[in-house]
Amino acid sequence: MTDIQASIPNSGNITRAQLENGVTLLAYENPAVLSVNVMGSLHAGGIYEAPEQSGLASLAAGALMTGTASRDFDAIHGALEDVGADLGFRGHMHKVGFAGKALAEDLSLLLHVASDALRNPVFPAEHVERLRGERLTWLQYSSFDTRYRAAKAMREALYPETHPYHYGSYGDEESIAGISVDDLRQFHAERFGPRGMILVIVGAVAASEAVSLATAAFGDWRNCEQSAIRQAREPGAGADELRRAVVVPGKTQSDISMGAIGPARRADDYVAAQLANSVLGEFGMMGRIGKSVREEKGLAYYAYSRVGGGHGPDPWTISAGVNPDNVELAIGSIVEEIERLTSETVTDEDLADNQSYFTGRMPLRLESNEGIASNIHSMESFDLGMDYLAHYEDMIYRITKDDLLRAARHYLRPERMVVAVAGPVGSDS
Amino acid sequence: MPPLTQHTLPNGLTILLREVHSAPVISWWLAYRVGSRNEPTGLTGISHWVEHMMFKGTERFPAGALDREIDRAGGQWNAFTSMDATKYFETLPAGKIDIAMQAEADRMTEALFDADETESERTVIISERQGAENQPTFWLGEAVRAAAFRVHGYHHEIIGDETDLRTMTRDDLYGHYRRHYRPANAAAIAVGAFETADMLAKIERLYGGIDGGAAPELFARTEPEQQGERRVVVERPGKTAFFELCHRIPSANHEDWFKLKLLDAILSGSSGASDNKTSRLYQALVKTEIAAGLGGWLTPTVDPYLYSIIVTLRDGRSPKEAETALLDEIRRLQSDGVSEAESQKARKQSRAAFAYSTESVTEQAYGLAQSFILGDARWFDNFTERLMAVTAEDVLEVANRYLLPSKRVTGVLHPTDPEEEAAPA
Repeated sequence: MTDIQASIPNSGNITRAQLENGVTLLAYENPAVLSVNVMGSLHAGGIYEAPEQSGLASLAAGALMTGTASRDFDAIHGALEDVGADLGFRGHMHKVGFAGKALAEDLSLLLHVASDALRNPVFPAEHVERLRGERLTWLQYSSFDTRYRAAKAMREALYPETHPYHYGSYGDEESIAGISVDDLRQFHAERFGPRGMILVIVGAVAASEAVSLATAAFGDWRNCEQSAIRQAREPGAGADELRRAVVVPGKTQSDISMGAIGPARRADDYVAAQLANSVLGEFGMMGRIGKSVREEKGLAYYAYSRVGGGHGPDPWTISAGVNPDNVELAIGSIVEEIERLTSETVTDEDLADNQSYFTGRMPLRLESNEGIASNIHSMESFDLGMDYLAHYEDMIYRITKDDLLRAARHYLRPERMVVAVAGPVGSDS
Repeated sequence: MPPLTQHTLPNGLTILLREVHSAPVISWWLAYRVGSRNEPTGLTGISHWVEHMMFKGTERFPAGALDREIDRAGGQWNAFTSMDATKYFETLPAGKIDIAMQAEADRMTEALFDADETESERTVIISERQGAENQPTFWLGEAVRAAAFRVHGYHHEIIGDETDLRTMTRDDLYGHYRRHYRPANAAAIAVGAFETADMLAKIERLYGGIDGGAAPELFARTEPEQQGERRVVVERPGKTAFFELCHRIPSANHEDWFKLKLLDAILSGSSGASDNKTSRLYQALVKTEIAAGLGGWLTPTVDPYLYSIIVTLRDGRSPKEAETALLDEIRRLQSDGVSEAESQKARKQSRAAFAYSTESVTEQAYGLAQSFILGDARWFDNFTERLMAVTAEDVLEVANRYLLPSKRVTGVLHPTDPEEEAAPA
């Protein structure tokens, strides 16, 4: 089978089932492998936290597998590790996501452990304390990571304190220390439920069997306390403070994080913004920024840009790691490229290159169970339709140079970019 | 696993091909037998820098041309320098693979090493090293390796020492390239949606005419036997302490390597398949709140290397506590051995890990490239079988043979008093 179209997941080969309790199941058979992957999400992310409890959703997600009503910590992990299976839950800004994998013969076990962890966690105090300690260690370590500190400073300048995106999904040392077991239990009771949950299964299991096993694991889940789904609002006025410097002692390199409010995944100009971003800091080894900052000036090992594109107004970011003496030169070069992108249309060649890049990489994105599951999950989560990938090429080639310019101008204003630099003394000039 | 085709061209180029038709994709690799272990003092980091220069163009494919061509085709390409090898790969839609095959044939002998590009890349490489230095664990790893290997090339980091990165010349780099980039020192590997006969003919056409001479004599020095335990301490600003425990072990082709691999799965749970929360060391160090996390590393290498366990300490806990708990667990294993259930679990994990690692053609081709470097084209294919043959007795045997003070190197990273400020510019 070497026909690209035939290998693309679409409404004809994805089995989609809606359970009465609100869970959406999606199954895709991949007979070329020996394993199976599951991927899913629920509306229980950081946007449901109070600012002073930043990190609550993430801690709750991390603690799901520390004990349930019928399995203790060792029983949960023993069940998975005995068969080489893996399962993890992670709190994001809007959702809690989960991902797991197993040999195909162990799919039923994987689904039942996932179901048990989601539905019946007891948040044992001893294990919550241990997890809290691990998170605090990670936060302390990260506080000396220049890349983390630059990104955090940029995010905090870009979004006001009243907006959930101001806060990191892992919280901070103070907020994590203040979250109680009762807080976790209450958050779980109010936020974790079947309504709006997505579960994708991809691998060496017939789609009908996968749906049947998933229905057995999740079909009887009910939570009448589950509260309504919330959307993140626009952050409002632009940042007051455009430049931030964080001194991290003992470092030899400075990290730069520049940002602007970017498009949500469902925005009409999201794909045009993605293409514009590719021109700016991705295509051909990090785009125009990579060419200028890395290849021509030799200032950085890495310099690239990225559009977030989640459920809300994620940032459009540019990142680079440079010698402290070269910070201003690198920032100046990046700003020049943003000015160019927002003042003139890209060339015909730029557009053709990037359209070809976007459509050509499809087979590689669909090479593994995980890649297929991720794409199917996105199609469902962002309501793109199950034939989104089948129509992807047509959609990309309908986008024009003017669309790219409009999207770039809509989100990027060179004089209003937030710039954060983290590094040794002097790197902020 | 579909059959593996092995072939050697008259000029010495090794060819490894495997048809996999699960997706319309081909992964194409060129692996050269040269890495940081083959670098003398003064030229540390040269293999990695040469790898960077290979992306700076040839007459036929000037700098940036391949970036554009491969991205336009929707492909991915990259390169890795390790201690033992330098590997280049392109994974592309099957119908576009010719550009990768042509490019790798071209740059095997025609890379330009332009003087200006070399100078521009010097700052990029130094920036890469400085970025790594921002992580305290980089300093710990560098110090531990330097303590473990006094003579052998494994003693320095792949990126090289900054003093060498500042003094190495364009001619040093070009000489290294000409000496090591030749068919007799390389393998071409393809995995994906192709017909073997067609692929072989295409390789012969593109690579058969490259005459690079005999395989080069590789710079290599044998590490003398260690005389007693070695310890190093590193201090860096920060708040988090780390402890690293290493033991000297044989190369990946030694039968004991697979026994040690299973031992590691039981001790640290680092099977590559699942989490490690039921492993002995997680139970002894993380559950007891000494550590925030830990991992075991057993890198398959050409020459004898190290089995390393790295522990991230929780706030307020000392590296000494981690060392005591770790050594207690090692002594317990050495005296009581492992149960059949534990070894059975580790074997199942290894079967699962292999299944996960063979999903993509890129991962499969990587496995074959690594096998070539290790000198056994079927090393990757036989990995699971060799691991499944390891018994509980084997694990006990290697625990008592290798996890000894005389083969031990320990490293401690002490965080030092950070003076931090944060202010608007």
